[in-house]
Amino acid sequence: MKRLLATLALAVVCAGAFTAHAIDAVEGFDDPKLQARYDKLTSELRCLVCQSGSIAESNALLAADLRREVRSMLAAGKTDDEIRRFMTDRYGDFVLYRPPFAPRTWLLWFGPALFLLLGGFVAFRVVSRRAAMVASDADDPGAPDAMIEGEQVDRPRRTRAP
Amino acid sequence: MWKYVLPLAGFGLLVVAFYFGLQRNPSVIPSPLIGKPAPVFSLPNLHDPQAQVSNANYRGRPYLLNVWGTWCVGCRQEHDLLNEIAQSSPVPMIGLNWKDDSELAKAWLEQLGNPYAATAVDQEGRVAIDWGVYGAPETFLVSADGQILHKHVAPLTREIWERDFVPKISAAIGIPAPAAAGAQP
Repeated sequence: MKRLLATLALAVVCAGAFTAHAIDAVEGFDDPKLQARYDKLTSELRCLVCQSGSIAESNALLAADLRREVRSMLAAGKTDDEIRRFMTDRYGDFVLYRPPFAPRTWLLWFGPALFLLLGGFVAFRVVSRRAAMVASDADDPGAPDAMIEGEQVDRPRRTRAP
Repeated sequence: MWKYVLPLAGFGLLVVAFYFGLQRNPSVIPSPLIGKPAPVFSLPNLHDPQAQVSNANYRGRPYLLNVWGTWCVGCRQEHDLLNEIAQSSPVPMIGLNWKDDSELAKAWLEQLGNPYAATAVDQEGRVAIDWGVYGAPETFLVSADGQILHKHVAPLTREIWERDFVPKISAAIGIPAPAAAGAQP
């Protein structure tokens, strides 16, 4: 009985998920390949009204209009590149969630790797310098360690001194 | 020495980057259409749906295109200024009624005054997409040879009109910019 209830609940949740997915009243493509391209394109085009979402997930009127354009262009046999160009011709690169790879976007694409290299270099320098310090300590046993201990021991003595 | 200079220089760079970066308005998206030919459209006339309004008919002189809708609060804000501009500006203004109810739109113009030489009805929003419109109001200035000279997103204000539009219009129609804002021939 419990299991039946759980299955029913799951079925209800799943049905809800599917209806929530169909944002437009229009039916999807019969061809699963076209549908997959539609899903990918609309999820990579930025909703211009609600700038932090894609047009696939936005209820804004403009997003619905742009979805309709994507749908009709796909049905007309346009390629993904042609559809993306249609959007960038009108709204600029801003509309793309996946920015183009061009000299003006090199900083964007290579930036993270650049910062990683920079950070790695700094970390390497610091670590190797410390390692050299530790190595020199080992060569000359007693001296720096004794100094640290000496400092720690030294201070309370001084404060206690009259 | 470098231990102190480098972090300080990095901090200075960040300050400069934030100073300029934070002053930008993220809701204003630069249009790739500036300097490009204005998309030609032909849409039903709001006041006579049998007739068409086309910007092709305005070729040969500069014109303004104002995107609006009765659902748009900013459009109400700028409307009085649009009426004033229609009185004084040497160039005509075409209205693009975007995704609106035509009856409401007509009532709006009757009630608040009609600054438009003609109003085109873009019920489906196809022409708006061609023009890269992503909100209302938006105002375009198009040159006599059909190039988009300027685009303003958000309600017009007198300051913006006089700073961004008046000099460009004067240049477009080939007369020196007026010393003071006022009526032009």
